[in-house]
Amino acid sequence: MSGACGTCDSCGTGKWGRMGVDMGKWDYTVALAGNPNTGKSTIFNALTGLRQHTGNWPGKTVTRAEGGFRYADAGFKLVDLPGTYSLLSATPDEEVARDFILFGRPDVTVVVADASRLERNLNLVLQVLQITDRAVLCLNLMDEARASGLELDFRGLARDLGVPVVPCAARQMEGIPELLKVISDVATGAISSQPKKLELKNPELASAIATITKELDIRYPDLPQKTWIAIRLLEGDRSIIDAVQDGSLAQLVADQQKPIPALSS
Amino acid sequence: MNPHSTDPLLQTVDSLRGTLQGDLREQVVGDIFHEAENLIGRNQHQVGANKRKTFNQRLDRLLTSRWTGIPMMVLIFAAVLWTTIEGANVPSSMLATLLVDHGHDFLRSLAESIHTPEWITGLLIDGMYLTLAWVIAVMLPPMAIFFPLFTILEDFGYLPRVAFNLDNSFRRAGAHGKQALSMAMGFGCNAAGVVSTRIIDSPRERLIAIITNNFALCNGRWPTQILIATLFIGALAPPAIAGLVSAAAVMGVTVLGVFLTFATSWGLSKTMLKGEASTFSLELPPYRPPRIMRTLYTSLIDRTLTVLWRAMVFAAPAGAVIWLVSNIPVGSDSLAHWIVLHLEPMGWFLGLNGIILLAYLVAIPANEIVIPTILMLTVLITGVSGVGEQGAGVMFETDGQPLRVILEAGGWTTLTAVCLMLFSLCHNPCSTTIYTIYKETHSIRWTTVATLMPLALGFVACSLVALVWRLFT
Repeated sequence: MSGACGTCDSCGTGKWGRMGVDMGKWDYTVALAGNPNTGKSTIFNALTGLRQHTGNWPGKTVTRAEGGFRYADAGFKLVDLPGTYSLLSATPDEEVARDFILFGRPDVTVVVADASRLERNLNLVLQVLQITDRAVLCLNLMDEARASGLELDFRGLARDLGVPVVPCAARQMEGIPELLKVISDVATGAISSQPKKLELKNPELASAIATITKELDIRYPDLPQKTWIAIRLLEGDRSIIDAVQDGSLAQLVADQQKPIPALSS
Repeated sequence: MNPHSTDPLLQTVDSLRGTLQGDLREQVVGDIFHEAENLIGRNQHQVGANKRKTFNQRLDRLLTSRWTGIPMMVLIFAAVLWTTIEGANVPSSMLATLLVDHGHDFLRSLAESIHTPEWITGLLIDGMYLTLAWVIAVMLPPMAIFFPLFTILEDFGYLPRVAFNLDNSFRRAGAHGKQALSMAMGFGCNAAGVVSTRIIDSPRERLIAIITNNFALCNGRWPTQILIATLFIGALAPPAIAGLVSAAAVMGVTVLGVFLTFATSWGLSKTMLKGEASTFSLELPPYRPPRIMRTLYTSLIDRTLTVLWRAMVFAAPAGAVIWLVSNIPVGSDSLAHWIVLHLEPMGWFLGLNGIILLAYLVAIPANEIVIPTILMLTVLITGVSGVGEQGAGVMFETDGQPLRVILEAGGWTTLTAVCLMLFSLCHNPCSTTIYTIYKETHSIRWTTVATLMPLALGFVACSLVALVWRLFT
């Protein structure tokens, strides 16, 4: 951050304080999701002041880590998740991320994408936008995108996706104040978004998903992410089918809301 | 999927699935990719030349090509080890002089001047303080050099290239290529290495990665290897190349560890964990300029001090235990004498000695304290330098290698050093790692295999080396 930044009105409305693991009470939960090796842990460290191990390789973070910060008089709990390519298939570490994004009920989900490899990263971004309205796209590694000669129209992207888009270079702390402001605005409802919903080309698939979703709605009115569960059921996901059969589906979902003990590295 | 299901919801699902054609997930993902392509077309433009790409490609040609990849890897790690060995020598002996010689004398005379009872002085100063002092002198300098260098490599993006280079070997061993990454994490800490196997999705290959992680030398074992190689192997060579020879010896043990990883992975995938290696894709991220200052800071504060703290936490009580067993009489001798005497035949058979075996028992909670424990026990049992009596420092000042003097007084030869380096590579994981293995596998059986298999290998390797050595010398 340069000296002048942080004093102007655009991002100086709320004081920012890093809180490490001593969160005390928090008002909002923020999840950091994204493909492997896009810099989630670097952003996590920048926001919380913690020193989660970071490294330039995919698969470094395998468990979720939690830390906190204060912004604009509100407490935020930030959850750093293992990288994941998709919500539809998963290795054990990706499952940690997937289950939290789906059932952890975060107030804001920040999808961190590698700006220099955006097309590949959009797969997860679009999937996340299907399951939550409170999402922020953080285009990290903008410095690398620039070095690769890429120009990204982040405003156009925000318009097309229907969610706020913040360009960042977290290693240089570039864009972090703007990211904080956007996270806070989405959490408080000052920004409300209507993310792009995907239209399935196969009408039979769309109607099958709709039918199952309706049935799920009758049986478990409080169950979140019914569309995703419907797709998994149609695909024949053993663990979900078993959970429906023995009635543990609601429990499976409730488990994700339990807090985890603070991790030491 | 489940034709016998009586649940109406599942019956609906089954009948609907029948109406759908083709791979369902592929259709969903296909729609997503189509959308992503549109978004990129509208919002991303190539405006300048891609400077990064050519640099990355050139470097990758050198670091991952079939002919230069592996030699470059050996060269890079050898350079890291050599820098560590050359750099750690001087500060290590300075710390030893300061903390062990002067610090100990000072505390002793302080205790005498205030008339502390002898057993308290013994327990606190000869036991706990001295073990702590040795932990710091032996561990701190190599860690403070090795960890930052390793972290810089990691920050730069070299680890995925290691995985790429070793992928073929892992596949031939019937293991998962991502095991190279969990192995690399094991070079820091085996408990962390075991947790990092979560990136492997096949349970069979994940178990192989967990069981064989111990063959990656960890934080607690690098200093042992480096110290023993410097004192006994490097010392065999002329001083000018002693550092290179020591580095080569440690490199040899490291490579042997990697080889044992392949061999035991292969063995496991042919016997207890039969199966074929699964395919996977791994992104090779672009090389990124490492943030040197930040790396120095975090690896010093987080890694070096954390590991040192852990070593000290375990060393202080261990020091007390060592002093106690050396001072509790059994018959005419101390308890330590009695135990060492009974472990001696086994130790001899393995090319080691009774003290080393007792040290490995005391050091089950943390590998970090093996060398300090050996030093303490040797001093207390053989009374070589008379530590704890006035004028004890004299012995240390007569030789530039005080630790070697102590160990030689304990009957050490080059064979002992070689076997200790082997045993340090192949023995049971520390208790933290064992517990982590249990947490990750939920299986007493696999935890037992992971604990005892390296130990058995270590027994075989050490006794063979000792046998052959004695036949030819």
